Amino acid sequence: MKDYLVLRVIFKLLIPFIILFAIYVLFHGDFGPGGGFQAGVIAAAAIIFYAIIFGLPDARTVVPDRLAEAMIAAGVLLYAGVGVAGLLLGGNYLDYFVLARDPVHGEERGIFWVEAGVFITVSGVMLKIFYMFASRGQDVEDA
Amino acid sequence: MIAQHFPILQVVLPLMAAPLMVLLRRGAPAWLLAVIVSWTGLFISLSLLAQVADGSVISYAIGSWPPPWGIEYRIDRVNAFVLVLVSLIAAVVVIYSRASVAAELPAHQHYLFYSLFALCLAGLLGIAATGDAFNLFVFLEISSLSSYALIALGRDRRALMASYQYLIMGTIGATFYIIGVGLLYLMTGTLNMADMAQRLAGVTEVRAVLAALAFITVGICLKLALFPLHLWLPNAYAYAPSAVTAFLAATATKVSVYVLLRFYYSIYGESAIFYALPMGQILLLLSLAAMFIASAIAIIQSDLKRLFAYSSVAQIGYITLGISFDSVTGLTGGIVHLFNHALTKGALFMLLGCFALRLGRIRFDNIGGIARVMPFTSFGIVLGGLSLIGAPGTAGFISKWYLVLAALESGQWWIALAIMLSSLLAVVYVWRFVEAAYFREPDAKTAQLKEAPLEMLVPALLMIAACFYFGLDTTLTVDGAARAAQTLLQGIR
Repeated sequence: MKDYLVLRVIFKLLIPFIILFAIYVLFHGDFGPGGGFQAGVIAAAAIIFYAIIFGLPDARTVVPDRLAEAMIAAGVLLYAGVGVAGLLLGGNYLDYFVLARDPVHGEERGIFWVEAGVFITVSGVMLKIFYMFASRGQDVEDA
Repeated sequence: MIAQHFPILQVVLPLMAAPLMVLLRRGAPAWLLAVIVSWTGLFISLSLLAQVADGSVISYAIGSWPPPWGIEYRIDRVNAFVLVLVSLIAAVVVIYSRASVAAELPAHQHYLFYSLFALCLAGLLGIAATGDAFNLFVFLEISSLSSYALIALGRDRRALMASYQYLIMGTIGATFYIIGVGLLYLMTGTLNMADMAQRLAGVTEVRAVLAALAFITVGICLKLALFPLHLWLPNAYAYAPSAVTAFLAATATKVSVYVLLRFYYSIYGESAIFYALPMGQILLLLSLAAMFIASAIAIIQSDLKRLFAYSSVAQIGYITLGISFDSVTGLTGGIVHLFNHALTKGALFMLLGCFALRLGRIRFDNIGGIARVMPFTSFGIVLGGLSLIGAPGTAGFISKWYLVLAALESGQWWIALAIMLSSLLAVVYVWRFVEAAYFREPDAKTAQLKEAPLEMLVPALLMIAACFYFGLDTTLTVDGAARAAQTLLQGIR
């Protein structure tokens, strides 16, 4: 794909918008369609798109396997951490109402961080799955 | 203050430890974390059991949404008992697993193993702790998916096939379960188990509710490997890493039995299951088939792990036999056997792991005379085998005693006879081991083997010792099981 100049240029123009759209979907998830899962898939799609245009090795320098794996774990940890935060602030586990002085505000804050956790894990998982399929037979270590 | 959060901490601690281990990326700290989490979990579960011992029920509302709208964790005497069992086995197996995993898995997979182990533990504890039928499904999937991956880590390439087989069967089981829960939700409009039980009272003969019962029964029986649905189990146990086999054999099927008990007694109520429907007779028939056919198949196995895997299928038959009597004594026997068999089979698979460490695959033709070079492991298996047979003084005797009592109580003396006859089949396969390990001459290769390391031997032999301890002192097991049986027979209030 290295020879397709048009594709490469257009893609370079697109990538910031794809990421931006992912973040928009993430933040907008509280009010309308969207949320962490969809945003995570869109963000991962940007990297997968990059891998298709510039090749897998380049994509793996942008987001190394280790980072993708760490993202999978970090998102879950963030989600569970929101639950523990509610617990530490005097509520029950996953209690959003105690996360801010105003319960409604706390609810929104809690949902946002949970969605952020989903976002991180989903994009990590999507990338890892893509890497594993795309690199089948190329490196033995990953098998 | 922290004690009021114990029901959720029981589940969340291993759940959070799992991603932390992935971030650590090293085997040794991951193991340490697994040890801390498992032992804390054991402490939490014991304290929960003590809190509910007087018959009270702990209700914990996740996110402070009051039940039945929010997810409720509901601890009573039944699931507190199961929580203690699962965390006890996890705490012992995790100590044992370090040396076993180091020998059986490549170093870069160690942290993943402990992470999956913690995830599986979280799933099993979650199934037991939750009072929400859909939340139970989520934890069922967490524990199942992690156990598929754990089984696939086995050294033998056939582990992949075994894991795939289990994946297909387990997914069918989980799907059937969720179809059943969907039907129940359709009829009752609630997922909270206690609420569901109240709304179902009096309408259990509606066809959709009966269809739900059928789906849930078949789905859960697939997971607990009741006799004709057990086909995934022998391969999964035989090819999984030793520590995984020990952990899953002692916990996964037992937790599924708990789910069955919960649905039969707490949600549907015994009158719907045992008087209006012939569930008792169906369970009785399948249990007897498991006890005899699976034991008979166990006798002709040449691989020891497969032998004891088939023996597990047979022993699950005893547990469901206890349920089928629908009496306090029968249920007590079933639940006690759930605990005792978990201890016995956990110990046996741990000891087989000691052999596997030295031998690789454990077949009757390569363990000839092994008792001379690995005396403690071999003797441990003989003692565990005694508990499996149900020799007096062992834990296995206690549970069979209650099962026989229940059979006589219900006037079906021939079942008591069947229990003893099937125990004789257990004598045969345990004797096969004794014959091979003690009465054959070791060949040159066997003679060079060394006894297993202490860090594997000590936890395994402690479990064997526990089999004998619980055969003599039954305050924890029988009293706990009897109380659980009473709670179940009273239904949910």
